[in-house]
Amino acid sequence: MSVRFPFSAIAGQDELKLALLLTAVDPMIGGLLALGDRGTGKSTAVRALAALLPDIKATTCAYHCDPAAPQTMCDTCRADAKPKTRNIQIPVVDLPLGATEDRVIGALNLERALSHGEKAFEPGLLAAANRGYLYVDEVNLLEDHIVDLLLDVAASGENVVEREGLSIRHPARFVLVGSGNPEEGELRPQLLDRFGLSVDVRTPADVGIWVEIVKRRLTYEADPQGFVDQWAESEIALQKKLVAGRKRLTNVTTPDSVMQRAAELCIHLKTDGIRGQLTLMRVTRALAAYEGKSTVTEDHLKRMAGPALRHRLRRNPLDEAGSGTRIDRAVAEVFGA
Amino acid sequence: MIAVGTTDPTASAHAVLISRLLASDPSALGGVVLRGPAGPVRDSWLSMFCRFLPSDKPLIKVPHHVANDRLLGGLDVAATLSSGKVISERGLFTHVKNGFLQLLSSERFAPDKASYLSAALDDDASRRFGVIACDEGIEDDERTPSILTERMAFQIDLNACVPFDDIDADDVSDIAPQASRLPVSDGLLLALSGTAIRLGILSVRPVLFAARVAQLIAALERTDAVDEDHAKLAASLVLSHRARFLPTSDHEDEQYETPPPPSDEPLPEEEQEPSTPTEGELAEVILEAVRAALPPGLLEKLDHASLIQKAAKSGAGSMSQKAGKMRGRPAGTRRGDPRQGSRLNLIETLRTAAPWQNLRRRAQPGRTGVIVSKEDFRVNRYKQKRETTAIFVVDASGSAAIRRMAEAKGAVEYILADCYVRRDRVALIAFRGKTAEVLLPPTRSLQRARRSLADLPGGGGTPLPAAIDSAIIVAEQVRRGGGTPIIVFLTDGRANITRDGTADRAKASTESEEAAKALRLTGIQALMIDLSEHRDGAARKLAQAMGGIHLPLPYADAARISQNVSLAMKADRGAR
Repeated sequence: MSVRFPFSAIAGQDELKLALLLTAVDPMIGGLLALGDRGTGKSTAVRALAALLPDIKATTCAYHCDPAAPQTMCDTCRADAKPKTRNIQIPVVDLPLGATEDRVIGALNLERALSHGEKAFEPGLLAAANRGYLYVDEVNLLEDHIVDLLLDVAASGENVVEREGLSIRHPARFVLVGSGNPEEGELRPQLLDRFGLSVDVRTPADVGIWVEIVKRRLTYEADPQGFVDQWAESEIALQKKLVAGRKRLTNVTTPDSVMQRAAELCIHLKTDGIRGQLTLMRVTRALAAYEGKSTVTEDHLKRMAGPALRHRLRRNPLDEAGSGTRIDRAVAEVFGA
Repeated sequence: MIAVGTTDPTASAHAVLISRLLASDPSALGGVVLRGPAGPVRDSWLSMFCRFLPSDKPLIKVPHHVANDRLLGGLDVAATLSSGKVISERGLFTHVKNGFLQLLSSERFAPDKASYLSAALDDDASRRFGVIACDEGIEDDERTPSILTERMAFQIDLNACVPFDDIDADDVSDIAPQASRLPVSDGLLLALSGTAIRLGILSVRPVLFAARVAQLIAALERTDAVDEDHAKLAASLVLSHRARFLPTSDHEDEQYETPPPPSDEPLPEEEQEPSTPTEGELAEVILEAVRAALPPGLLEKLDHASLIQKAAKSGAGSMSQKAGKMRGRPAGTRRGDPRQGSRLNLIETLRTAAPWQNLRRRAQPGRTGVIVSKEDFRVNRYKQKRETTAIFVVDASGSAAIRRMAEAKGAVEYILADCYVRRDRVALIAFRGKTAEVLLPPTRSLQRARRSLADLPGGGGTPLPAAIDSAIIVAEQVRRGGGTPIIVFLTDGRANITRDGTADRAKASTESEEAAKALRLTGIQALMIDLSEHRDGAARKLAQAMGGIHLPLPYADAARISQNVSLAMKADRGAR
């Protein structure tokens, strides 16, 4: 069995790691966009997160449905009174650039059609990613229609296939994680807005962190199992914290005053639409839950304003300050008042 | 490129070492880019490498047109048809286990294939192979996709090497585990990281490679510790070809003046403070080793390359290619109706229909021949390169510019001739007095362009802010229409008329600076042809603010200006 680099052993990239953990606490936050330099550990972090999360109980169908939630099951599983189950690791599916629609949404199964002459559906990447993560490296270079499709499915949680005489719908609830280098191409604002969170992934400014990264990596490569054992304790602790956060999530309340502040912040920043504010509410709740609190505070709001809003700002060509600075300024103004 | 004949013994020695290192630990190092033409040097390197490579590790050739199915595994159509049973094939990634993939003409690998490969290289769990990329690119913009080179430790410039002799290969199979046992001190790691940062390398991956290479070198020498010399050698092997700038170099050559890297990147100066002097010295020593490994004359090329890269990037990735129905380069096929103006791809259609034949015959007994139905139709897709539009913004004011107007016109005419050859469009904006005026909206009629330029009167104030604003507006229009704009300014940069038409030198120059920054944010390529006598005057500052190329006219003739415009355009077109 393969041994993954442990999540807690990733040095630096605190914002990215926190954002990933929060999407695990509440998958409804809706996707994560990690923009920034190459070789900063984006894909390592996503893969490590999947290994960190506790295994899930799933049916044996192609969509690994959740036996505990019948309303999210596929038709076959729903029809089955007592579907067989097994434990699997949370799926992390890579979506490569240039993936065709066939491969993403699924297509007619040639094998079955040939050998049995029946019309069967060959599930695609969306099916494979159900209940897990769909990771798209260089999402900014992906063809627009595929990105559209992904975001649609991610938002509705269901993949509807109408092609080649097939008419199929199946659950596809996943957290979309996109990464990319904005210097090489940009995402349309419409698409940006539909990612829940966005984090800037920069090369660490501190040489000390570079050294730490390289050291840990060398140790890992010399003896993967030993390295994982060494980190097992912190992995378990983190996993516990996550699971506890998930449980607590439904009990976390957001006081009206905090909601008011969030609205003020969004108005102040002139974010388009209401989605920014919704995400901000969700992610602050997840953060409070993750940190073991039962109410959302203004501090949570301040910390999450960046990831939840920075990609939703209208760009002003004359203002060269990055969106991060603008958010900081707005936070200072709204909360300072 | 390095001219033939300038071979470098160090480069050859390094190439030999690289082949030993790679063979000893394929999976940790990613691989090597062999940059240079096919020929005796490459062949002899490959055969030497194969001798180092343990026999249980294969070297599999992969052409750049490899099908995705073949890489990833999928249905084997031919075998399936002949046997009547479904036969799937294993992808190359599983095939290559522990060995190497040799990419042929790696500079031509399409982004999707490169991304499959890089995902496979990235995966800790399954990655167990390396890549030998045979890059035959000649031009600076013909390169192996950077998502691949990022994941490969080495690069060999074959032009700098002589054919490799047959040398006895020693057994390197035990090197990797031994290397893992050698500790690398924090000081060395700090020095390597510091060196990378000072070379403008913004990724941690190369440092990782360098550290691993240092371990391997120490293990090859059968020593029991990684020391400074190992780190130096590792840095020159791994880091030198990634250098984006050298910190202490003097910029003598101002022809290709490029702006400093965008300010949102972490500035190297802040991180140069080494915590202790010894580590600082160490970093210095390693940096020196890297510099020694750089071929002479590379500095100018570094600047040059970053210029090309920058221009290429402004092409907004895949956006610079437009998929059309009929024109352009073929880019695969898709399902479609051939009657709707697309061209049927017969082979693909048959391939699609093939697996269904048994079934269809059963359904329609009596029919002979291949049974093709509507859903089998595959039509060609084409990718169309964007059309470039050069927007000339000419200063016709009474200031210094007027004296040089003739020269400027000469330069523009030269560029126009070039544009004609490439079927580019041009637009002309002139500014004088109180406003800027679009004399000629984007057009392909170069005659008209030439005429309106010749008729251009001179004199009056310099409303530069308004001119930059109009240029942005026209450029955005071009962009929306699916073209790639490039703005060429001819001015001395001394603005004295503000946007609202009042004469106020200070305010006007602030405004033009603002406008220049706005231009930079649009990502549109700009070229500033400086008409002033002072090379470091206002125009140069503006060029920097707009992230463009600065070209002083006194030191450039019309031909050179044209060359630079072509260069910027070509880079734009080369964008994938």
